Order: sequence, then structure tokens, then C-alpha cells
Amino acid sequence: MTEKKLLMGNEAIALGAIEAGVQVVTGYPGTPSTEALETIIRYADRCEIYTEWSSNEKVALETAVGAAYSGAKTLVTMKQVGLNVASDPLMSLTYIGVKGALVLLVADDPGPHSSQTEQDTRAFGHFANIPVLDPATPQEAYELTKLAFELSHEFEIPVILRTTTRVSHSCGDVELAAAEPDLSEPSKPAPAGVPVKASCEGFTKDRRWTIFPRLTAERHPWLENVQVQLSERFSGFPYNSVSGNGKIGIIASGVSALYVKEAVKGFEELFTIFRVGTVYPFPEKAALSFLKGIEKLIVVEELDPYLEEQALQLVGRAHLSVDVYGKKNGFFPVSGEYNVDAIIDGVNKVLADLKETASLSHASPAVLRGELPPLPIRAPTLCAGCMHRTVFYAFKQAAKQLKKDSQVETIFSGDIGCYTLGNAHPLNMVDTCLCMGAGMSIAGGLSRTNPEAKQVAFIGDSTFFHSGIPAVVNAVYNGADVTLAVLDNRTTAMTGHQPHPGIGVTALGSASKAIDIAGVVRSCGVEFVKSVNIDSLENSLENCVEAAKEAIEFKGPSAVVFKGKCVGITKPRTRFAIDTESCTGCGFCIKQLGCPAIFLPAGEDKPLIQDSCSGCGLCAQVCPSGAIRESGVKK
Amino acid sequence: MKGEGTKYEGTKYEGTKYEGTKFEVKKFKGMKYEGMKYDILIAGVGGQGVVLASRMLALAAMKTGYRVSTAETIGMSQREGSVSSHIRIGDEIQGSLIPAGQADLLIGLEPAEAVRNLPFLKRDGKIIVNSHAVPPASKPPGSPEYDPEALLSFLEAHIPGMLCLDFTQLAEEAGTHRAANVAMLGAAAGTGMLPFSREDILAVLETEIPEKHRAVNRAAFEGAIEKIEIISGHPHREQTEDRR
Repeated sequence: MTEKKLLMGNEAIALGAIEAGVQVVTGYPGTPSTEALETIIRYADRCEIYTEWSSNEKVALETAVGAAYSGAKTLVTMKQVGLNVASDPLMSLTYIGVKGALVLLVADDPGPHSSQTEQDTRAFGHFANIPVLDPATPQEAYELTKLAFELSHEFEIPVILRTTTRVSHSCGDVELAAAEPDLSEPSKPAPAGVPVKASCEGFTKDRRWTIFPRLTAERHPWLENVQVQLSERFSGFPYNSVSGNGKIGIIASGVSALYVKEAVKGFEELFTIFRVGTVYPFPEKAALSFLKGIEKLIVVEELDPYLEEQALQLVGRAHLSVDVYGKKNGFFPVSGEYNVDAIIDGVNKVLADLKETASLSHASPAVLRGELPPLPIRAPTLCAGCMHRTVFYAFKQAAKQLKKDSQVETIFSGDIGCYTLGNAHPLNMVDTCLCMGAGMSIAGGLSRTNPEAKQVAFIGDSTFFHSGIPAVVNAVYNGADVTLAVLDNRTTAMTGHQPHPGIGVTALGSASKAIDIAGVVRSCGVEFVKSVNIDSLENSLENCVEAAKEAIEFKGPSAVVFKGKCVGITKPRTRFAIDTESCTGCGFCIKQLGCPAIFLPAGEDKPLIQDSCSGCGLCAQVCPSGAIRESGVKK
Repeated sequence: MKGEGTKYEGTKYEGTKYEGTKFEVKKFKGMKYEGMKYDILIAGVGGQGVVLASRMLALAAMKTGYRVSTAETIGMSQREGSVSSHIRIGDEIQGSLIPAGQADLLIGLEPAEAVRNLPFLKRDGKIIVNSHAVPPASKPPGSPEYDPEALLSFLEAHIPGMLCLDFTQLAEEAGTHRAANVAMLGAAAGTGMLPFSREDILAVLETEIPEKHRAVNRAAFEGAIEKIEIISGHPHREQTEDRR
């Protein structure tokens, strides 16, 4: 029986995995991958799937590896930068292989929309000898997930299902082969830490599970041979298909393949299109037969020139006289997200170079981009009432005081999470930001080269558990004079409020032991550790400034854990309002805080507080004329 | 949740200004036709319900038998940033982003966001705009002043037959300003701008919106249709035709 559902790419992947019989699912949240594991959580109990949010991607992969060694079918989910964290175990795992199955969902983010890098997981698969499947739609994502499990099981290797934002975060009608698991009965949380389905064969002791130089040397030829076998197999797959019989070939993968189809509409007779769904190992046989039928080749792909390099080496090896047009010779953009219009431009450049009379045309818009009037910039901002704003503002005041009293500068290192938005105007409180958990280590390095300055590193609660702890250990071990400010809002906020080890709740909602961040920092040997509750309306700012000053002035590693609520998941307090009688219209609240709830209406000289106020009271504490008060109005 | 507090009233752009404008009221009877392709872009600010509106349109299109593909903004931009959703409806599955100049309908939940996405609208495309402005959270250095009045005049000058009302106010009258997204879907259905009937989308509203918010959303949806019918001048005739 088939069923058609409107599914987001990530949901389709989850249902594909469930249908493939997945038994253990682990991951760390990261846009645009998060909803895959979140969807599995909804079915975990009913389908007896052990599901966890792990402390980081490396741990998630290693947990799945243990389960897969025992014959379980496993899925690990992460975004592209998460793969960097998981790459240490993954690189070794390729030699050892798995039993059961191990599929990694890795979501790339061309643009990027919400990532630090524009890296290409297709190229990572090539580098690491791991097969990569590259779907274009939620339907293909669902089907290729099932295929990934089959391949992983058959060849006993990890397999990567690689998506991009436009696949993971796209919704489409998906035809499901099996009925979606029934969710009608209320789900009860599974007992913490117990795998719910133990139907896999279990672990058998064998020397194959212990990596060692000799074992690696033995396994390497096997690993290379698997790549050859897979390339052969992939050449016969329907996910690699040729359409048309024009003299100009176009090769494309992922969502770009669909954009190509739309871009060449009306000129189909000119082109032969080769869509590649199983990108690594490159399906050479199928590609070669395609290349032999064309005179010129256009390569259309987001991010790295991966297909282009594969095609170039194949053209060279087979001595074909096919000119290749892509990123390497400047015909297509080397970075950023593609769309139909970008592809039309690239193809037209090629057609002009080939002296073709035909040229693809753009649709004519109602208004051209260049004709638009100036538009306000809407930079992403910390929410109204976000606790991070209070902490950033407090450190800003503490640093200002220090500068005034003793001419000492303070350098602020940030980290990855909502609080990266502390970089925005008017707070400007993030001087460095690199990757998950880097803030405190970078501050340590800065302290060695800028001994006259003070160092502060901000880190969120989930990021602290992800990869912040080794930096604390290092600061203590090597005696770095740095201050760690933990912004503990009791959730993984940016990715949609997942629980983490500090909360005392598992992915499935059952109780677990909550790990106390201040306790961890103290046990690492940090001597100055202070906790500040930010939620108390009384003097929250004053208390934060005081703690910030003390911590910065402390010689050696110090830490302050600021505990508050994320306004995204808690009930707002009564709103604040500006008393127009006592407001002098100085604009201090707007200029200092950048809270989205406070704004100056056009043509007015006194600001207003809007509905989105959640009652943190920070503005009332900074207003020089005491004009901001609790309104008594509940949201 | 109800917005009783200080509301931004500085840029009221009355729907009355457009009374008398002749909207072309077409009727889709919920029948699927071949070779069809219809692209809708919904634009707004994080928190305005762009994703829900997009999902409702996609589900209604599926009910009618079309294939759909949507692309949404999820993640960092949701924090007070510009968000949009591309909804592609038709007989064939397509890449999820609408090319420039191809959208048949632009639904702007906010004036500046409607203008920002105009290059996606095709030359004779339709546009529905909420005149209720959401001022940007902060004014980063170099960001132009936000003048909603000027932007609405720009829209009026460039898109003949634009449907512009204070949908936030309309939704507020129905019970919550948060249902402006659903009110705009009502307006789109009421003016025949959607490739499916208003009953199709109402049916989706019943299944997609949690029960406790359903009545108020239904009221916003129907309130918008009523308002449109009053403006276009012949409410009763249109209504009976539609119910055949």
C-alpha cells in the first residue's frame, strides 16, 4: 500500500530510515539536519528505536559504531561542520567497517544560510572512501535513505546520505512504500539509557574490531576494492540517469539537476543531461557512455568542483575530445547557493563561447532588483528578553569601567549558538568566533600574545558540553589568565530547543542525571567559579556586572555561570512600558540594547515597547530617567 | 497571546484607500487541470507564520492532486530576520526555489518584505500585501530608514490591482493579530488567486491548526473573505456561485 504525504526532506529521511529497520539513532543538532532525528524521536517508542541526542558528533558516531559492531542498523545525524568533529572516528572506521548498517546523514549548507563553512561532503566522501548519495527532493531523500542502509549492510561500510538546505528544508509530496507508523496512541517515554530493541545479533569478539597498523595495512586494499565495486554497481542505478540527445552535455547532482531541467526549458534538443544521484564513488561506466555521446560538457554543481574533477580525469583517461565548462574555467560561480537564474547565466556564457545562436532567457519580473527602493536591513537579533543580552551588556559595562580605571582593554571571544548574535549592533560583543568550543582556547592563545589585555570567552550550555570542556582543562593545566562566561539558558536554543546533558532530560523526554556546569568547571581546577541567576528582576544587571568584574580581575582561569530562561520556551512575565511623562526621549535604551521590543515610531521622539516584550526588565535597569516600568499587562 | 498592549500604529495604511478597486474574481472549483504550474511566494518577518501558511497552501494543492515543493527559511534568520517561503505547485516536481520573475502570486505579510521579494513576481503576477509594518529590531549602521508609507506607494505604482489591507488589524478583530497569515490566505482564496477552492484550504485549516487556535483562525480566514467581497462590491452573488 502506498501513501502520499507532505514531508520535509528531513522527515522523509527519518521515515526512510524507520522503514529500513533502523534500531539505533544518534546525533547532535545542527541546521539544516536537526528535524531528521527529531522526527525519529516521535516514532522511537512505537518502533522500538533507541534514540539519543549525543554530547557531540564524534560521540554520536562512536555510539552508533558500537551498536553497528553488534549488528544493529544505525543512523547518525549532523550538519556538515559536525562531520569535521566526527571525522576522527569516521576515517578509521572506513578500514574496520561495520556489521548491521551505519548511515550518516550529513546536511550541507550552500549559501551558507546558517553555517560557518561552505564545505562539500561529496568531496569528503571522496577523501575518506565513503560512498555518498546526493538526493534532489524529499522523495529521493526517502528512497536514497533506504538504499544507503542496503549498501551499508551489504558492503559492511559506513554510507553518507548528503543533503543540502534545499533538500533537508524543502517540503514535497512523498510517496511512501509502507504506511507511516501509527502515532495515534500517546507515546510513553522510553526508560533512560536502555536500548529498546535488542533484536540485533550482539557483539562477537574478533580482532577485526581493534584497529592497529597491521590491520589497517591488511584492510586498505579491501577498502580500495570496495570503491571499485561500488562505482561499477552505481553505473547501473536508476538514480544516475541520462535524458535527451543534444550535442552539449550537462552533468549535475542534487537540487542543481532540477534547476538545470527548468533552465533549459524550450531548448531541450540542444542538450543531453546526466543526473548523478550516487556521486561517490563516481559511476564511471555510466559517465563514460554519456561523455562519448556529446561534444561539449557543462558541469552544474553547488560548492566544490567535485563532478567537474571526476569528469576531467575521465575525459583525460579516455582521451576524449570533450571540452569541459564549469567552475575551474570561470563559467560558473565557485561559491554560494545556485538557482535557475544563476544556471541560465552560466549556460549562456558557455553558449556564447561556443558561438551558438541560441541563448536561454530569464523570466521578466514585475520589478527588477536594481529598481527597488532602499530597504531596511533586518539583521538576525537576540530575542526580546533574551538572557544573553543582559550578560553581554554587563560585560560591556565591566570592560568599560576597567578601561576607564586602568586603561586595560578586554577582548571577547564568542562561540557557536544564539549568542553568536552578540556580535550584532549595538552590542558588538564578539571579537572572535571560529567553531564549536573554540572561544576559550582562542582566548588562551590571545592571552599569550596580548598580556596587557583581559580575555573573556562566552560559551552556551550545550556548546560547553559539546567541546568546551577540553579548553577549560587546558586553561587550568597551562595557567591561562582567561575568564569563561557560560550562558546557560537551559536548552540548545538555536536549533530548536533540544535537551542536553545539563538539563536532566533525554531526547525522548525521560529523566536523566543533570550535569552541573559550575561543578564541572570547579572539578577541572578553576578556582574562581561563580553562579548568577539572571531571572531575578531585582538588580539582575548589577549582579551580572559585579560578577563579570570580579571574574575578569581574578588572576588565572575564572568562570561565571549565568543561569536564565530561554524566552523561546518559557512563559513571558508582565510586559514593561515606557511612561511618556518621565521619558526624556534620550534614546539610550535603543542605542545601548538593540532589543527588538523597543523601537522609535517614525516621526516620534519617544520610543515604544511592543507586544514582543517578555519582561526581562533590562531596559528598566538602564533607563537614565527611570521611565520604564512594569505595565502589569500579561502577554 | 492576545495583543492588548501598545501596538505600532504609526503607519496605518487604510484598506479603504483601495475600496472600489476592481479585483478580478476568478473561481477555481478545485479541479485539477493539465500542464499547470503555479508559483507562490510568501514573505515576512520571523514569527509571522510564514511556514504555517506555506504548509497550508502545499497541503491544499496536494488535495487537489498537484505535486508540490516548498523552500523555507529555517534557522538563524528566524530571529527577527527576513523570511520567505517558495511554494511551487504543478504537474511536475521542480527545484524548490522560484526563479526571478516567475511567481504567480506574492503574499507579503509585511510591506518591506513584499517589496524585497518583488523581483520574484512575474510581470502580470498578483500581489496581496499586509499594510501593517514591522519595524526592524535595530538599525545597523548603513541601514536605510524604514518608511512603510513610501514602500506601499511604490508597490501601488508598480503592481496594478494590488490587494492591500491591514490584515493584522483584520486578524485582531477576529481574535488575535497572530492570525494575519491565515487572514491573507482567506483573501487569496476569496479573490480566486489560488489554484484550488476555498473549501480545500478550509479543510486543511481544520486538520493543521491545533483545536484551541482553530476557531480564531477560521474567523480570520472568513473575515478576510467577507471583507474582500464587500470591497469588490457584490458579495452575495459570488458566494452563491462558489457554493454550487
